[in-house]
Formats: sequence, structure tokens, C-alpha cells
Amino acid sequence: MDIKDRVIKIIAEQAVLEPSDVKMEHSLADLGIDSLGLVESIFSIEEAFDISVPFNANGPSEGDFDISSVASIVAAVEKLLKDQA
Amino acid sequence: MTATILTGAPRRVAITGSGTINPLGSDVASTLASMREGRCGIGPLDIRDVDRLSIQIGGQIHGYDEAAHFDRQQLALYDRFTQYAMLSARQAMAQSGLVIDEALALKSGVILGTAGGGIGTSDENYRAVYEEGKNRVHPFVVPKLMNNAAASHLSMAFNLQGPSFSVATACASSNHAMGLAFQMIRSGMTQVMLTGGSEAMLCFGGIKAWEGLRVMSRDACRPFSANRNGMVQGEGAAVFVFEDYEHAKARGAEILAEVVGFAMTSDAADIVMPSVQGAQRAISGALADAGLAPEDVGYINAHGTGTAANDKSESAAVAQTFGTHAEHLMISSTKSMHGHLIGGTGAVELLACIMALRDGVIAPTIGYEAADPDCPLDVVPNVAREVKVTAVLSNAFAFGGMNAVIALRSV
Repeated sequence: MDIKDRVIKIIAEQAVLEPSDVKMEHSLADLGIDSLGLVESIFSIEEAFDISVPFNANGPSEGDFDISSVASIVAAVEKLLKDQA
Repeated sequence: MTATILTGAPRRVAITGSGTINPLGSDVASTLASMREGRCGIGPLDIRDVDRLSIQIGGQIHGYDEAAHFDRQQLALYDRFTQYAMLSARQAMAQSGLVIDEALALKSGVILGTAGGGIGTSDENYRAVYEEGKNRVHPFVVPKLMNNAAASHLSMAFNLQGPSFSVATACASSNHAMGLAFQMIRSGMTQVMLTGGSEAMLCFGGIKAWEGLRVMSRDACRPFSANRNGMVQGEGAAVFVFEDYEHAKARGAEILAEVVGFAMTSDAADIVMPSVQGAQRAISGALADAGLAPEDVGYINAHGTGTAANDKSESAAVAQTFGTHAEHLMISSTKSMHGHLIGGTGAVELLACIMALRDGVIAPTIGYEAADPDCPLDVVPNVAREVKVTAVLSNAFAFGGMNAVIALRSV
């Protein structure tokens, strides 16, 4: 499974959906993931890829980790993996 | 035929003693001096394995020597949260001048708030059995870590034989504890209550758990400021003597302030996100309980955690409750100076309320750098202010949606 599929699997599990139902253009809100679900998803991503995600729930739009869509999260994880390799 | 329940008239409730140890000082005088100066008690944490934490700041009590205050037998039983409560209670009892004779002992008790209880004891002993592989722990681990340990030791130290227990409602624990103590005296159930709260969560596990929620700031607590980026934990305690007003007056005690109202509500909505409506009902409930009109209130000690969610929601709740008077009252968060003492925070913050009533000094919200249109209140930015006020509120809004607001009046 590539990075994209693994991130989608994590998000789908959080949203209680099938991975095939999660589209790259979806926002987390589209998928019914609230602020607690977001924090849990980030934790799952950190555990799955053994990376540290810089994310503060007080300013989710700030910082390097863009959570505005599934595509942006996948891109942010790919960047972190490259930077933290 | 209707049953008639005969009860005495409600009793008035006085505060006749106060004590504290917190990041701003080891007694009330030094704490209030720090609040007047707008001094920040938050700084780099000095705890074991701090290098493995992503959050490395806190409102820690530095230079603390437990052996200077307690003997070996006491230390075997007193977790740090009990020690802080005991030191605060000694000061409060001394200030009150109360003599607890056998009759009064039966009408006196202790209600303390704490969220983590003896979490430091849990942390140390888990470390011993899991990390170090030990198969034996000290025999007093359970009585040392239990949440009611501090309340129990206070009852023993001062011979208070009436109702005593601990309250755990996360960040509102102290306000719930003090509110219940107030209600007990007001109803005539008791005459004297030691009450307040204590927290000593600045250990590796205690901070690691908070890190996970992603709501902590790595640099400072800036309540109501547009650039706020989270809460900062603190540690410490404050304990007060609440006393039947007539009892206090009859013995000629100095009355620091009068407790006049209390209300508690539940959001019944979300485990972490605050609700404006739940907070608003608690604030207006406290006013109603106290018989205060909105325009009577000159100062509110805010819950003001410095998170995006709380400060916005709290500002809205205050604006809704007070209407046009919201523009005239002062509201500050002293967490900017001492950090968030979680279960002990409301007690330390009540000191700022008493200072406002007695000294006419309003503690500032320090670290305030930029106005936030979502928090359009007078948050007393950065510098303390001298204003005479006669009625104040103290807000506490906990995770779990549990809200507790206390009203005090000057005497």
C-alpha cells in the first residue's frame, strides 16, 4: 500500500466509511470527522508512519500541516516522511 | 394536606481564612504581589525526562523543599498534591484564628477539588514496576494516591469531623468544591468548611497525556489574545476557611469576603468542546442565586484557558449574560501568570477575586498581544488596574461540559 492509500485507510476508519468512499477532494468535515476525530486521525498517522506531526488544535489553519482536504493531508504526510527520513 | 418542611433561614457565608502555594508565591501575600505586578510564573519545566516531552513549559513551583515542611512519616503518606493542600490549609486556619472545639468539630468539614489526585505517586510507581521491572511498591501507594487523600489529611490535621470529600470535575473541580461548601454552610448543615483545591500534575505522565490532545502551547498562555495558541499547565493549591457569617462575626473574625451565590450546569453536549449556552446558564444562575443584578458585577475572573475554543465561547457567554454591561465590566485570566492548575485552578483564582474586593486591585491578563474580535471584552491587558468593585464572579468550565460559577461580595 502506498502512502496515499494508507492515509485514506486511516481517515476512512475514523469516519467509519469504506476507503473507496473517501475522495481526495473531501474535507474532514465532509466525512463527518470532528475536532476530536481529527486529533485521533493525526495520532494514527503518527503511529502508522512513525513520524511527528506538528499540529496544534488551537490554530489548525496555521503551521505546515495542511488539513483542509484528504489530498492536502496526504501531501503533508509525504513531505514529513521526506523531511523526517 | 400539604406537608410543611421546616428549615432554618439561609445562613450567610463568610471567608475568614485563605492560604496558597502556587507558581506565583508560597503564600497569599506573595501571590497577590505577583498578580499586581503581572509577573509570569510560567517557565521551563524542571522534571524527569523533560527532553522526551514536546511541551516543556509549565507553571511549576520552583525551590520547593518538602522536607522543610513535613516529617518522614508524613511524606510517606503525602503526595505532592496533599502537601500543597496542607500548606495552604495551615495558612488559612492560622489566618482565620479559629479554635475547633469538640462541638464545632462536628459541624465542620473539608471539600477539596482535584483532578489528578496523587498522579505523581502513580507515575513514580508505574515507572518502578513497568520500566524498572520491580515487583514491589511501597505499602502506602494507595492511601497516598487516592483523590480524597488531601481532604482526609486536612480533616485529621484540624479535627474536622463533619462532611468531608473530594470533588473531581476536571478544570471546574475547585469551583464545584467551594460551591458545595458554600451550600452546606448556607443550609445550616455545617458551620465551618475548609475548601478549595489542589493539583500536582507536572510529572512526565501528567504532561504526556495532555500533549496528546494538541491543545497545549509550547511558549506561553495568552488568554483572549488573537495569537493565543493553547493552555499551559500549572501546579499548586489554595484553601479557604468558609464560615457561618454570624459565627465569624460573633467571634470577631476578620471577614475577607462574603460568598453569595453559586450555580452549576452541564452542557450535555461534547466531552471537550465548550458550549456557550452551558456557560451562560451557569453565569446567570450564579447571579440569580446571589440576588445580584448584572450591573452589580465589576469583575469576573475568567476561566480563560488560552485555547481557541474556550476564550471565544466564554466571551460569547459573558456578552449574552451581561448585555450592554459586558462592555463595562472587567474580565481577566490569571492563568496567563500561574498556568492552568486544572483541579486546583478555581481556588487560586478566587484569590484574585478577593484581592479585587478587598484591595480594589484587578489582576491583569498578561501576554495579551493582539485584540481578537471574537473576544471583545475588557480583559485588563497586561497591567493590573485599581478599581473599586463590590461584587465579582469566578468562572470555571470543565472538560465534560461541567460548569461552575461562584459569586462573591465585599463586606
